[in-house]
Order: sequence, then C-alpha cells, then structure tokens
Amino acid sequence: MDLNTSLFLVRSEAILSFSALALLLLAAWRAEAGRLVSILSVAVLVAAGAYAGHFLFAGTQSLAFSGLYSNDAFANFSKILIYFAAAMSLIIAPPFLEKAAAMRAEYPVLIVLSCVGMGLMVSAADLITLYIGLELLSLSSYVLASFARTDGRSAEAGLKYFVLGALASGILLFGASLIYGFAGSTSFAAISTALDGDISLGLTFGIVFILSGLAFKMSAAPFHMWTPDVYEGAPTPVTGYFASAPKVAATVLMIRVVTEAFGTQVMVWQQIVIVVALMSIIIGAVGAIGQQNLKRLLAYSSINNVGFILIGLAAGTEQGIAAMLVYLVIYVAMTLGSFIVLLQLKGRDGDYKESLGDIAGLSKTRPALAATFAIFMFSLAGIPPLFGFWGKLVVFDAAVAAGLFPLAVIGIAASVIGAFYYLKVVKVMYFDDAVDIIAETDDKTLVWTGGLMALVNSPVGYFSIPVLGLLSAQAAKALF
Amino acid sequence: MIGIEHYLVVSSILFVMGVLGIFLNRKNVIIILMAVELILLAVNINLVAFSAFLGDLTGQIFAMFVLTVAASEAAIGLAILVIYFRGRGTIAVDDVNRMKG
Repeated sequence: MDLNTSLFLVRSEAILSFSALALLLLAAWRAEAGRLVSILSVAVLVAAGAYAGHFLFAGTQSLAFSGLYSNDAFANFSKILIYFAAAMSLIIAPPFLEKAAAMRAEYPVLIVLSCVGMGLMVSAADLITLYIGLELLSLSSYVLASFARTDGRSAEAGLKYFVLGALASGILLFGASLIYGFAGSTSFAAISTALDGDISLGLTFGIVFILSGLAFKMSAAPFHMWTPDVYEGAPTPVTGYFASAPKVAATVLMIRVVTEAFGTQVMVWQQIVIVVALMSIIIGAVGAIGQQNLKRLLAYSSINNVGFILIGLAAGTEQGIAAMLVYLVIYVAMTLGSFIVLLQLKGRDGDYKESLGDIAGLSKTRPALAATFAIFMFSLAGIPPLFGFWGKLVVFDAAVAAGLFPLAVIGIAASVIGAFYYLKVVKVMYFDDAVDIIAETDDKTLVWTGGLMALVNSPVGYFSIPVLGLLSAQAAKALF
Repeated sequence: MIGIEHYLVVSSILFVMGVLGIFLNRKNVIIILMAVELILLAVNINLVAFSAFLGDLTGQIFAMFVLTVAASEAAIGLAILVIYFRGRGTIAVDDVNRMKG
C-alpha cells in the first residue's frame, strides 16, 4: 500500500482538515465573517459527504496507512449521516448565535474540525486512530459547549463537560494501554486474534475500561450524568449538534470496536452492552418525567434513545447492526427536528424560551409550530404511523431474531414509560391554557428545515425504507 | 530487578489517585486539571513500560500522541476556566452548580 493510495482513501478527512485550516485563516482575518464562513463550511461538508458517497457506491473496502484507517461501506454510510447532521447544525445556528453575540467565525471552523475527528472515529482500525479521532471531537466539543461566553450557564456546561470528558478519555486510554500491553498490538485485527480463547484479567479490564469510555461519549447510562447539564447549558444549536452527530460517531465507534477488536469475546461485551442498554432506556424514561426544561427533557430522551440503539448491538448480529444504523438515521432526523422547534421558541421579549410552561397552549397561537413539535414527540415515542416507530421495530426485531426475548420485552415496557413524557409535551401544547408569549418565527430557514425534518418523520418517511434498508445492510455487511 | 509488574503497580496507583483527585477534591478546579494530567501520565508510564517489555515501538509512538493531546487538553481546560472565572469570579468546585445535577 503506497502513500498515494492511502491519501486517496482519506480524501473526506483531507478536504475537511485543509478547509478547516483555510477557514481558520479567513476567520482570523475577518472575525465578523461568521455567516460567510458558515456557508463555506456547509459547502465543504457537502463536498466531503460527496466523496464518502462516492466510496459508498463504488463499494470501496480497504485499509489505508498500513492498517490504521479503514475505508469501508460502514464508515462511509456513517460519515454521510454525520456530515449531514453537522451541516444542518450550521444552517440552523445563525439566528440564535447572533442573539447571544456568539456568531463568530470560529463556530463553523470548530464544527468542521470535530467532523474530521468523527470521520477518524468511524474509520478507526487501530487504537491510536480511535484515540486521536475521539480527542479531536471532544476538544472541539468542550469549546463549542462554552461558546456563548457571556452566558454563565454556557461556561459552566463547558467546564462540566471538560472535566467529565477528560476523565472518560483517561479511562478509555488506560483501557487502551492495557489492551496494547496484553494483546501486544494496537491494531483491531491483531487484538481480535490475541483475544481468541481464554483471556487474562488485564484484557478483561481493558475491554471494560474502553467500553466505559465509549459509553460516556455516547451518554449511555450509567455514564450519562453529564448529559442533562451540558445539554441545558450549551447554546441550543450546539446542543442540537451534540445530540446528533457526535452521538452517531460514538455509537458507530462502539459498534466497530466490539465487532472488529473484541469480536472474539462476544460473551464479555454482550453482557455489558445489555446492562448499559437497559439502564439507559429506564433512566432515560424515568429521569425525563419531572423535567420542566425542554433541553433537559431532550437530553433524557437522547439517553433513552441510545438505549434502544444499543439493543441492536446486544443482538450482535449483522441484522442488529443494520437496524442500529436505520435507527440512527431516524434518530438524527427526530432530534434535529426537535431542536429546530426549540430554536423557533423565541418570546415576544426577544429571549429564547426553553421551559415546558412557555409552550402551554401553543396550538392556539402557533398551530403549525405546535403540529411540527407534536410530530417529533410522537415519532420519538415510537407511535405508528410516524417514522420513529420503524426504528424501534427493526431493533426489537433484531433482538428477537437473536433470541433476546427478555431484553426486548423489558425494552418495549420501558418505551411505554418513555411515551408518558413525550405525550405530556403534546398535552401541554394542545390542552393547556394558552400563555401566548411565543413570537412569530422571522427566520424562514428554521421553518423550512423544521418542515423537512417533520416530513422525514411523517409516514412519508416509509418510502425511504427500500434505499435505507439496502444501504444499511451493505454497511453492516462490511463489518463481518 | 524491576519488572513490568512494578511499572503496572505504579501506573495503577497514579491512575487511581487521578480519579480520586477528580471526585474527592472539593476545593478548586485547577486541582481537577492536575488530576487529569496525572491520569494521562499514568497511561504514558503503562504504554512506555509495555513498549519496552514487548520490544515494540508502537507504545512509545502512542505515548507521544498522548503527550500532545494532554498539552492541548490543558490549554483548552484553562481557557474554559478563564471564561468561567470572568463570569462568576470564583473557581471553587462547590460553586459549579447553577444547573441542578
């Protein structure tokens, strides 16, 4: 494998990192050019996504840089989804950030840099690539969380995220060092061979530490405690971003690590994944019930959804992983849509509203917005005929096919508890007395993107199943 | 004779001290930053010891990457701490509670 071929295979990341540097120069030269840099960043993300799409349709499956980086259908599928979520969070951000006096050119640059990190994460074929990608994402995320410098809550969110994120990285890294020492290599393929058969205590510790670190990054219980605070404190567009793209990247990385590196020790990680999935579903559902802040509520909703996604991984089959990818696509549409609605909740006094009481009787004053939000809530609750139902159906189908009946039964029971708070939001919007403090949305971009996400979540979304099913099956096949 | 297990014991002790430093410390966020550095250095000791033990250079390359990341992590942590201090006028851990949880 010569250098040219390797460089050809990492084109998505190459274009993103070079553009990030160029845009950083532009940002340093013209600090007020926030909107221009945003538009250019979206263009760059589209270009990187086009390369990933090209590789996906060409069926590329090869390793670059002597086995450090893997360019396969699985990575390219995830990259398209990640770049899409990142581009969306750039498009919807300007009105909010301008209000917070934070629409600086660094915002799009940080998003592009974190996309480089996420691209490396989903393509990782070695512990070093995994770590560098994860840190590139995390370090950008810490800054993004504290991006509204004048808002005390934003700085506190950044600080909490930083401290707990650094701890999680440290735990993951300690696990990586143990795996390296006891398996004798950092490459996933070599680790998988070394893990075959009975394994030593050091390797078991390594597996547990690495899985804990990854569970933290995807905010799965019992490592979820940072999520509500960071989601509440970070600026709303950034929260929407945290809930979509990095979550996809962390989940995909988890899939890759357990199937490629720990694939020979299914019994060890399967128990962990089952416990984490059930805890996430239950804690996400129960924790959300008392929440009055909509961003905290969506944080618990994201914990809950991570649990459902992990059910597909617990199944450990090709079908389960394809189901996870389908769920991730639908989850990104649901979550981004919910945050677009939050971005439209601007009060008559010019402040953004984020508490449940502020949207009381929204259906009487802003019927279209209330209907859009109701679609996302019903979809998140998994109520047919909305598209969110399909995601839950495929993961539970995979769990049942793998013989995990108790897991599927508990998961479905907990999803009923979860439906309670989604329906409560709808009840507050439709049946409570109107407080009428939300102003008309003056930004058409939010209306259009919100409408697009609602359309994806509506029964129209079912038309995408043939394509989605085919691509996700192809992506999952690349791992086995 | 100092063997691999001695290095592992030292690095494990350092790692546990780092983790406890984050959780038990109620005074000051700077101490948390030091504890994070301690964790990363414990990992480096592990990597370099394994690298020497296995006669394989990968561990030392990994340690170089960890050092680089640790530097940028400290820079970003201090930067966030500065904007936090500007807003609140304190960096005591007990005051980081404007949001519940």
